[in-house]
Amino acid sequence: MSEYLFYIVAAITVTTAVYLIFEKNPVFGALYLIQTMVSLAVLYILLEAQFVAAVQIIVYAGAIMVLFLFVIMLLNLDIKEEARNALPFQRIPAILMGIALFTVICIVIRSKLLQGKQDQYTTAYVQSIGNTKLIGNLLFTDYLLPFEITSILLFVAAIGAIMLAKRKL
Amino acid sequence: MNTELFAYLVIACTKIVLVFGVVQLMIISMIWLERKIMAHMQVRLGPMRVGPHGLLQPIADGIKLLFKEDIIPAKASKFLFIVAPAMAVIPSMLTFAVIPFGNKVQIFGYSVDLVITDINIGFLYIFGVSSLGIYGIVMAGWASNNKYSLLGGIRSAAQMISYELTLGLALIGVVMLTESLSLVDVVNAQAKLWNIILQPVGFFIYFTSAIAEVNRCPFDLPEAESELVAGYHTEYSSMKFAMFFMAEYANMITVSAIAVTFFLGGWHGPFLPPVVWFMLKLSGCLFFFIWIRSTFPRLRYDQLMHFGWKFLLPLSLLNILITGLVMVVKG
Repeated sequence: MSEYLFYIVAAITVTTAVYLIFEKNPVFGALYLIQTMVSLAVLYILLEAQFVAAVQIIVYAGAIMVLFLFVIMLLNLDIKEEARNALPFQRIPAILMGIALFTVICIVIRSKLLQGKQDQYTTAYVQSIGNTKLIGNLLFTDYLLPFEITSILLFVAAIGAIMLAKRKL
Repeated sequence: MNTELFAYLVIACTKIVLVFGVVQLMIISMIWLERKIMAHMQVRLGPMRVGPHGLLQPIADGIKLLFKEDIIPAKASKFLFIVAPAMAVIPSMLTFAVIPFGNKVQIFGYSVDLVITDINIGFLYIFGVSSLGIYGIVMAGWASNNKYSLLGGIRSAAQMISYELTLGLALIGVVMLTESLSLVDVVNAQAKLWNIILQPVGFFIYFTSAIAEVNRCPFDLPEAESELVAGYHTEYSSMKFAMFFMAEYANMITVSAIAVTFFLGGWHGPFLPPVVWFMLKLSGCLFFFIWIRSTFPRLRYDQLMHFGWKFLLPLSLLNILITGLVMVVKG
């Protein structure tokens, strides 16, 4: 049952992602991206990662995409054909860089770096405690330092954004 | 198909249809009640002609809206213009899936929980779904190809993002006390003492942000008539307009149901059956919404933003901090 669901949702995700790339109107592009985000959240639920799914919807589909749409609508971008070919020589380097990035991602995913904790955290064990509680506990014990560093990084980024946007403070 | 699965399916579908029907009925009666209550608060009579005390007025309005001409502006983005009202209604209905409206009951030997589904991320689910509700309004504003609609849509997006933050932070105090994200656990923890007594500041922040989140007076800037004609639904007519109307009332019922669940003890209460208690508390909250609408004048836009970011947000962070401190001190 859940395999069929996976194939259906995965097909939707990939289709909307492709549409996103080929869509000329930026507003429709943003809407396709929202659909991609939401279907990714469904995939997370199928992988028993309910917390990640909820955060995916709240943060990406709910907050970040609203800001995207906000900016696109405020600027009310016109579709200009000449703007699409502003950089005529970018096509071949872009394809090469894309392939390079894809290879790097594949290597990193296969490496030991991203394996994390596996042996004791079986699906049954995670289900018995609850996704959210387990992630919370790990973030504030084993992964406290990376967690705090990330939060400081985000804080700095937020201050930087305000400084850039508002010259006269 | 085995009997257990069949029973499960029947029970689940019955609950969904029941909750959906009750919410629809409440929307219809809310439209009448709002007009009547506001009228009496302003020493008027309100609708009196259709039925006794205008009781059939919502039905007459509904029929009238159905027969009205459905106008789509010439340069509008047609697909989004049609989809936007549905995108506004659906998220407000989805939230009811996790709200417990009664205790366990025995029907034909099966023990039935009076909640559509009890998921362990209920709290996060509510915010995930409600954050998607913005798109209907924003899309309506953009697709109409009308500057008043666009301004209304953008205003409401800014307002909802700002107040969603405090809406979530206000409830975190309750989640900390309950130590669970499941709404059934939140209700069960309030069997003896309602959370409004433990979290009065949280309740105040929640209710204020809830009014802003559903774009109600005094925070109804997205549809300020004097500046924006009617805001994001300026170009809408007929049933599409009615759907935005429904979405607003459904959202109001949703945030009230969350307030009842998190702060007012859910279905707990003496003497009367749990479901009745839940409906009573819900009606109380909805009456409060109408009361506020007929009492306060509309804020200015900058006042709204200042109030949200410079008063409510620090207050809600302080509330979380104090809740945490008290919990540590008490062990």
